[in-house]
Amino acid sequence: MAAQATAMKVTVERGGAGTESHRQSFDVPAYENQTVLDVVSWIQQNADPTLTYRFACRVGMCGSCAMMVNGVPRWTCRTHVSRVLKDGALHVGPLRNLPVIKDLAADMDPFFDKWVAAEGRHHPTRSREEEIQPVDPAAPERQTASAGIECINCAICYSACDTVAGNPDYLGPAALQRAWTVYNDAKDANKGAILDAVSGKGGCHSCHSMGSCTQYCPNDLDPLSAILGLKRATTRRFFKGAK
Amino acid sequence: MEFRLYMAQRLSALVMAPFVLVHIGVMIYAIQGGLSAAEILGRTQGSALWFAFYGMFVIAVSIHAAIGLRTILLEWAGLRGTLLNAAAALIGVGLFALGAQAVLAVTL
Repeated sequence: MAAQATAMKVTVERGGAGTESHRQSFDVPAYENQTVLDVVSWIQQNADPTLTYRFACRVGMCGSCAMMVNGVPRWTCRTHVSRVLKDGALHVGPLRNLPVIKDLAADMDPFFDKWVAAEGRHHPTRSREEEIQPVDPAAPERQTASAGIECINCAICYSACDTVAGNPDYLGPAALQRAWTVYNDAKDANKGAILDAVSGKGGCHSCHSMGSCTQYCPNDLDPLSAILGLKRATTRRFFKGAK
Repeated sequence: MEFRLYMAQRLSALVMAPFVLVHIGVMIYAIQGGLSAAEILGRTQGSALWFAFYGMFVIAVSIHAAIGLRTILLEWAGLRGTLLNAAAALIGVGLFALGAQAVLAVTL
């Protein structure tokens, strides 16, 4: 650390399940070009090896390193410190709306359980004995489905969602967007099951259309529109009777 | 049940939209000439039309407001389960009772 410039004040949320959380302050060398993940890693490697956090790819592909940075959910690997400093200070915490395992590592179980609960899984139209069903890439349903398939389950939208904060049963934007993409898949045979799954307690109708999911999605996806699509589909089914 | 409540709230909103416009429009129109309370009552009492209009309005309001407040009680007050539904039902019944009382007083 010979060529280090000034020090930067970084506070980190410590603690986790069973222990009271508290803020711990660190002086971290400030470089012109560094990401929040670099800062967290510097603390773990040079100041406190007991700091727990999660990351994998470091290039914005895996979604593991999502954390709250100055109150905003972000991929820390793709967030430059210089862009998010508030009065020269940085506060890093675990993702909101999820239980904390320890320090900066959030427990993703409720998030993934809701993916399953939203029925965003493939219901095949054909067996392996039959020919593969062709998919028309230009079909409007396919375009709608394709708009949501780049989701990498990072839980940024789930963490940003104020409806999840107020209603822990709410399935959340990611799970509902997944359900919407499967609903629009020409190869899916049980769209009724999807609409049933998203119409229950905490389903798509709990959404208040505040749009934080779409605003904060690092992949520029639009879960809000997907949820609105589910609302329209369930309403249409209500007026038409069954599917 | 969430979906039924959602539909009930949207449909009651649909019903209320023209009612609100007529309600406000008639109020503004009716007071232009300086009508007294007695003169207004003279027009509304015994009127099946105004009874039906405000009767349906009150029903729609009771449904709509109770469902909306139920969501607020769930998300902001943390009520759940039977307590939540009982509170919402009480609000709905209460609004209906107050509204029905007013409708009967003005149109009977």
